[in-house]
Parts: sequence; C-alpha cells; structure tokens
Amino acid sequence: MKRKYKLFIGNLITYLIVIAAFVVCQSMIENGEMSRSMRGQMVPICCYVVMAISLNLTVGISGELSLGHAGFMSIGAFTGITGSAWLLARFNIDDKIIRLLLSLVVGGAFAGFAGFLIGIPVLRLRGDYLAIVTLAFGEIIRNILNCLYVSLDGPSLNIAFNSADIPGKMLIKGPTGATGNPKLATFAVGFGLVLFTLFVVLNLKNSRAGRAIMAGRDNRIAAESMGINVTKYKMIAFVTSAVLAGMAGALYGANFSSFAASKFKFDTSILILVFVVLGGIGSIRGSVIAAIVLTLLPELLREFDDYRMLVYAVVLIVMMLLTNSPFVKMIAQRITGVFKKTEKEDGANA
Amino acid sequence: MITFLSHVIKGVNLGSVYAVIALGYTMVYGVAKMLNFAHGDVIMVGAYVAFCIMYYLGINPVIGILGAVIACTILGMLIERLAYKPLRQATSLAVLITAIGMSYFLQNMAQLIWSSNPKSFPSILSDSPIVLYEKGAQQLTMTPINILTIISCIVIMIALTLFINKTKIGKAMRCVSEDKGAAELMGINVNLTISITFAIGSALAAIAGVLLCSSGYANLSPTTGSMPGIKAFTAAVFGGIGSIPGAMLGGILLGLIEILGKAYVSNELADAFVFAVLIVVLLVKPTGLLGKKVHEKV
Amino acid sequence: MKKIFALVLALLLAMGACAAFAEDAIIIGISGPLTGPYAMYGLGVVHGAEIAIEEVNALGGIQFALTYEDDEGDPEKAVNAYNKMLDDGAALMASTVTSGACAAVAAEAYNDRVFMLTPSASSPTVTEDRDNVFQVCFTDPGQGAASAQYIVENKLASKVAVIYNNGLDYSTGIYQTFSEKANELGLEIVSVTTFSSDDNADFSVQLTEAKNAGADLVFLPIYYTPASMILKQAKGMDFAPIFFGVDGMDGILSIEGFDTSLAEGVYLLTAFSADAADEKTQSFVKKYVELYGEIPNQFAADAYDAIYALYEACNVAGVTAEIANEMDGFAPVCEMLIPVMTEITVEGITGTMSWQATGEVTKTPTAVIIENGAYVGAK
Repeated sequence: MKRKYKLFIGNLITYLIVIAAFVVCQSMIENGEMSRSMRGQMVPICCYVVMAISLNLTVGISGELSLGHAGFMSIGAFTGITGSAWLLARFNIDDKIIRLLLSLVVGGAFAGFAGFLIGIPVLRLRGDYLAIVTLAFGEIIRNILNCLYVSLDGPSLNIAFNSADIPGKMLIKGPTGATGNPKLATFAVGFGLVLFTLFVVLNLKNSRAGRAIMAGRDNRIAAESMGINVTKYKMIAFVTSAVLAGMAGALYGANFSSFAASKFKFDTSILILVFVVLGGIGSIRGSVIAAIVLTLLPELLREFDDYRMLVYAVVLIVMMLLTNSPFVKMIAQRITGVFKKTEKEDGANA
Repeated sequence: MITFLSHVIKGVNLGSVYAVIALGYTMVYGVAKMLNFAHGDVIMVGAYVAFCIMYYLGINPVIGILGAVIACTILGMLIERLAYKPLRQATSLAVLITAIGMSYFLQNMAQLIWSSNPKSFPSILSDSPIVLYEKGAQQLTMTPINILTIISCIVIMIALTLFINKTKIGKAMRCVSEDKGAAELMGINVNLTISITFAIGSALAAIAGVLLCSSGYANLSPTTGSMPGIKAFTAAVFGGIGSIPGAMLGGILLGLIEILGKAYVSNELADAFVFAVLIVVLLVKPTGLLGKKVHEKV
Repeated sequence: MKKIFALVLALLLAMGACAAFAEDAIIIGISGPLTGPYAMYGLGVVHGAEIAIEEVNALGGIQFALTYEDDEGDPEKAVNAYNKMLDDGAALMASTVTSGACAAVAAEAYNDRVFMLTPSASSPTVTEDRDNVFQVCFTDPGQGAASAQYIVENKLASKVAVIYNNGLDYSTGIYQTFSEKANELGLEIVSVTTFSSDDNADFSVQLTEAKNAGADLVFLPIYYTPASMILKQAKGMDFAPIFFGVDGMDGILSIEGFDTSLAEGVYLLTAFSADAADEKTQSFVKKYVELYGEIPNQFAADAYDAIYALYEACNVAGVTAEIANEMDGFAPVCEMLIPVMTEITVEGITGTMSWQATGEVTKTPTAVIIENGAYVGAK
C-alpha cells in the first residue's frame, strides 16, 4: 500500500513538473517575454523529450541498448509529412491541428510496424551484439530513405526508388530530403504529445506487463522459469518505444520546412542515448530534465563562439565523471544518509 | 574477370585498414570491457601528427609514422587515465557516453589546432601503379602503398598474436579479460595492464591513420576518423568482439563486401548492404564469426 | 534538485542574453557550419564577409556590423541560429551557407519577412516561391547546362563519364541539367556513378567503371575535397582522362599537402579564381591570407560579394541604421530591399551580377584550366 502511494506521488511530481514548465513557457510566450530563439526551440525540445522517454523504455526498463533510435524518428518524420500532405489532397482536410494529429498517428503507426519487423531478429540477440544490430538497422533505414522519392500528383501518391522521374509535386527528394513542408507543429500539441508519452510509459512501467518486462531485464532465466514469455514482453516494450519515437519524428517533421535523412544518423541516436544515460537509466523524470537541459545547452554555449562544442564535450565528460565516480557517490551517499537519519529521528520523536 | 580481381584487391586493401583499426577496438573491449568510441578520433590525431612532421617539417615518412605512434600512445594512455579510469566501477553505458564525449572533444580540439580545411596526405610511397597482369586494354594494377597496407596488416596481426600468447604482459591481458578480480588476486596489476592495452590500441590507431590517409581513402580533416571508426567497430563485432583473428577477418571481409557491394549490387545502398550482411551473420552466429560462446550461468 | 536548479539557471540565461552592438550600424546575420565536417565552407563565408564589412565601413557611408552563429549545416540548428541572430538585432541575413539548412531558414524568413541574400546555397529549392530570398552563387541547373555547352563547343570529348555526390543537392542538381543538356547536344554519357557524402573514401569502383566504359572526360560536379581524392586514386590506377569540374572544384590547389601535379590539365567552370589578375581579387586574396593564413575559396568570395551587394541595395533603397534598428526593423527593410534587388548591378570579384525576381543571380562563368599548378583562363 505504502509502495503504491509512493509511486503515485512520484508520478504526480513528474506530471506536475512538466505541466508547470508548460504553463510558465506558454504564459511567457503570450506575454512576449520569451526570446525568439527560445520560442523556436519549444517544439524540438518536446520532440527530444519524447525521444528520450521512449528510448528509456527500451534501454532503462527493458534493458536493451539501442543505438538506432533515430531510425524510428526518421520513419515517423517522413511518413508523417507524406501523410499530412496526402490527407490534404485526398480528403481536403485543411484544419491544421487535425492534419498534425493524423500525421502523428501515421508516423507512429509506420514506425511501430518497422519496430515490429526489426524487433523479430534484434530481440534474439544479447548485449553488445544487440546494440550493434540496432545501429545497423538505423543505418539501413537512413540509407534506404536516402534513395526514396515521393511525389503527390493530385490525390495520388507516387513512390519511386532511386529515381526522380515521377510526376507531380515532389514531397521527398532522396538525399535532399523533404522540402517545402508546411509548418503545422505547435507547442501545445508538442506538450500534448509529451503528456501522452508520459502517460503511456508510466502506466506501462507500473502495470503487470511492465513488471514482466523488468523481470526479464533483471534476470532473463529466472523470469522465464517463472513462466514469463520474455521475448513477447520485450517486443511490447520495443514496439511501444518505436511508436512513440515515430510520433516524435512526425512532430519534428511538421516543424521544419526542410529536413533530410542525414539528420537522423548515428549521432542523433547517440545524442538521445546521452539524454537517457545522463538523466539516469530507468528514471523517466531524469530523461525529461536531461533532454531539456542538453538540448538548450549548445544554444546557451553560443557565447563561447569557437570553443562552443569543445565546452559542450568537456561538460559532458565532467558530468559523467561526477555522477558516476565512486568518490562523488560516496559523498552524495553521506549527505543523503544524514537526511535519512534526521527523518528517522523525526519519526521517532513523533 | 580482371575488373573483378581489381575490385578484390581494393577490397582487401580497404579491409586491411579496417582490420588494423578493429584490432584496437577489440583489444580494448577484450581487456577493459568497454566500447571506446573515441578510437576513431585517435586515428585522426595520429594522421595529423604524421602530417605535421612530414609536411611542415619535411622529415622522412618513417620518422613521421614513429612520431604519430608515440604521440597516440601517450594520448591513449592519457585518455584512459583521465576519463575512463575513474569510471572503472560504473556501468558500461556511463563509460560509453564518456567515450562519446571524448570523441567530441578530440574532434573539436583538432579543429581548433589544425582548422577545418581538409589536408591532402602526402604519399609515403610512390603513387604510380605496378602492373600485375595485362590483357589487351585491361590491366590489373596495385600501388606500392596497397602492398604496404596489406603486408603491415598481416605483420601487425601476427606480432600481436605472438605478443598476447607468448609474453608475460600478454598473459596478464588475457587474465584480466577473463576475470578482473581473480587477476588482481593473483598479483596482476590490473590498472597497468589496462593502460598498456590502451597504449597498444592507440599505437595501432596511429598506424591505421597513416595507412588510411596515404592510401588516398580520406583527406585529413577533424572528422576523418569517425566513419572508418564506426565501420571498424562493425568489423570487430562481425568477427567476434574480443578476438584478434576475428577482428582481422571481420575487417577484411567488411572491406571486400563494401567494395563488391558497391560494384555489383548498388552504389547507393552499399552501406545498407554491409550492415545487412552483418545482421544476417549475427543471426546465424550470435557472437560473431570467431567469437566465443559464453554460457549463461544461473 | 540540482538538475532543476541548473535548468532554471539555463532558462534565465537564455532569456537574459542580449548582445550589444553599435546603434548606428545595420546588423547583418550569417549562420553556417563553423564546426563539423562542413566547417570550411561556413568559416570561408564568415571570413569573406568580415573583410568586406571592414572595407565597406571604411567607405564612410552606411555602417554594417556582423553577427554570426554556428549551425553545423543542420536545418534544426540553423533555425535556432537564425532566431538567435534576430534576437541579437540582425536586420538582414547574408546566409545560410548550406542548401538544406538554407531551405529551412528561408521558410521561416519568408513568414517573418526577413531579407535573405545567401552567398552559397545554390539549390533552386531555396528561392522557390519566396520573394525575399536571393542568391549570390550560380544556381545548380545553370552550371550543369553551361558545362555541357562548353564541352561540346570546344570539342573536349565525345564520351563522358560523370561521378557525382547523390547526397548533395548541389551535386545532384548540376548532374541533372548536365545530362539533359548533353542529350540535347548529342554528347554521349557512357557512365554515371555516385557516392554519398558519408563515405567519400573509396572511388575505385566509380573510376573503374568510367575507365572500362572508355570515357575520355570525367565530369565532376562535386566539391574539391572528394575531387582531390578522385584525382589521387585515378593516378593510382593509370586512368588519365580530362577532368572537368564546376565551381565547387575551386580550392583544389590550396589544399595543404596536395600534389598539384595531379590536377594538371583539369578544367573548371567557375566565377572566382584566387589567381585572377584583377586588382579587386588580388587585394581581397592578400587581405585574406594576411588575416586567416589561407587562400580564400569560392565561398569566401561569394560572401565578400554578398556584402557589397547588400551595401549597394541598401544605398539604392535608402535603408538606414535607424530603420533597421527599430523594434522588428527587419520587416520594413525587407520590403524596401525586394524591389531594389532586381534593379542593381554589382561588380564583384565573382563577376558582374544582377538579379531576377526569382532570386537567381545572372553572371557568367568562365572556364579555367590548371597549368603548372596555377589557374589559367581557357579560351
């Protein structure tokens, strides 16, 4: 009972932080107090937060190191903008919000399907071998998208591979990527997606399926001997994570008038992994905070000019050393130990 | 046929470079159990040092390579001491992220020192091809640097295998890779052993950097090392990470698949083809071609 | 708790940041890749613009100030950089450097009504349907057609092979119009091979195919870095056709360590060559070498011309620092400059330039050939 209560409070805090951040930012935007460069980053931050939470589902909760998460994002981005353009042409839906929401659904669905297909071989492997296969799939997705040409001819979609000879208005032009996309994304929808992701992941984590997933992570053999179908539960986590990444990708695609497959390369997958590791593996709240801070950090470091990325690298290394070195941990433990003691004493006095 | 053979030669040549880089990955992984993502950037630093000695100071290429090896050995040990040693007890993911931070650091440092303008690496041997076989207009050719690359790759592998199997330090390395705690109990200096592993891996990286750039596969720029680094990492896993003959085999096969895939399958999808082959191999042999199968204990 | 504190601090910093510039200068913004694999292009543009701004300010008329930001050639970061520069008071954009990033920024600039003159983003998607975006460099299609025309007119070759970078808009765009024009003029293309920007490592497959197809000219609509590797590897396989490049090839002779004998007899169609004899080019190259220690490339020259074009346009339109530095002053500046752009003519170091309403520049490329390690005008 007490555990459940604690869990509820923990989740509540996470939701409250996110909602409070939204309210503060939204009111600042409306009052014109926020600088242009901050305003421009609101939607990308939402995308990265969703990416970080969804990757945490794979890495933290399911325990599989994935190095190709940006691949799902790219599938979501490309199918999302294609979907929203097609919906406009075919059914004449021109309400921006509806188009955006439908493109999120389309992006999520395609990425989820890809996640399922990739999950079949990937989840048969373990450890670093699994990691490299996810890296390989990420690169394969990017390579294929690099050769993909899609055009919209009236209400019909034309898709070609490695050839630009298709009639109509080009939506995706191979290596050039998607250009001339309408900007549909808004901060409010981005915030909605973050809440949705939090809701899905936190509920999954605390459900029966979630406990099965974590049991498989902690000790596969023990879990299997308890009658848990580990592969099935890992697949649930992997596909859910892919769907959410696809939705984040669709949101990303709806925010930039041009983007190319090269955006979603290995570096981006790694960047998101950095959010997850720095925020604390398995900690959803940590992922949210790390994604926000680390997305803003390179922008804030613009003051350093030429040394910007160098400082970023140093900050990254120092942060990892501080949060993981036994020496710092020992000090931290002592401090928290003092708190715990006083808490106990308080309890005793009462 | 001649065209095919000349593709094979190019493939083996490119593969040899991958193999030398993969050896560094695999040794560090075997001993320290970490993926050193900064390895690709050590290659780049090695190539820059050799370039400076050869081009700016105009000294003999042999001295250039030696200088690069020394500089990279020191750099490798320094990186290990400053960034990885404090994290010996941390999770492997934390070390991975630190390595990525180190990779960013080296790239940006190189850009500040040497600027981002690409430099063309001077040939350490003559560029003119040697004709191996001739039939009408078609020729099968090889350049001296191709031959040097392939030979040095073989020499390095043999020397390394002997070193690991015959010397005392090699024995210590094998011991540490098997069980760190037990090795320490037997009186092996684990920290020193890991340091030496990094030194050897980085020295190999310096040689790989010179071979990569002087074969004309890359111009020298701060990001020169990243793509070959990822490919070599793939090669190491392909051959079975932790295994030295595996890294060699994986590297050469990867080079061959890349070139032949480009020539006969699809130029645009060459990378996808390489990775697809990797996935198929890992599904059939989940620990790579020559990897040891580890049984899980309950 | 520590993390939350850091976040709050970060937010405060971001909102409080505000740059101070001289009140009496029009601020020009440039964003480009200053770090990462494309850094040389971004740095070239910034350096070229810095020299031009100093010269323009010395004339005593309208004063310019420069603010520049790194975008790593990435659309997302370019939009961030663009917003940051507007926050810092930029009234005009002489950016963005790379095509993909420029297309993303141009969409934002079109909505915000910010005037853009890009020195180097050559893709037509940048200016398409946007009245406020102009280019200084040639468009890709223009170069492709001109190259085919030149090859046929001077009877350089009958069988042509093409190696292009299908990961770059620039390269793909030139190739497409080149092949169209070649078909029209009856020039035979015997081999077309590509590479993607990520693995510009090995060109043996592409070169072998060109060699086996019996090509006597290889057309390289690519940048000089991969081109230098192609020349090196072609030598290694005894393949010596005529190599023909476009403006991206310029700079090949200034690569440090490059054996210039490899580039002997290479043709290129370009608007700028650092060895040109005219006074303007020479003084520009001299200043550039003094300040930055390297020979300027095409990007630097285009940026230099972009600043002069902006100067001319501002003078004709009567844009002053007072208008530009008002709150959201970029919008009136944009409306003043758009009609003027199609009327002005600028004598620059990349040729004599005038603009069409589509944003495209009109200038004539000239063919040069590399002889004894130097660019010489070809007839």
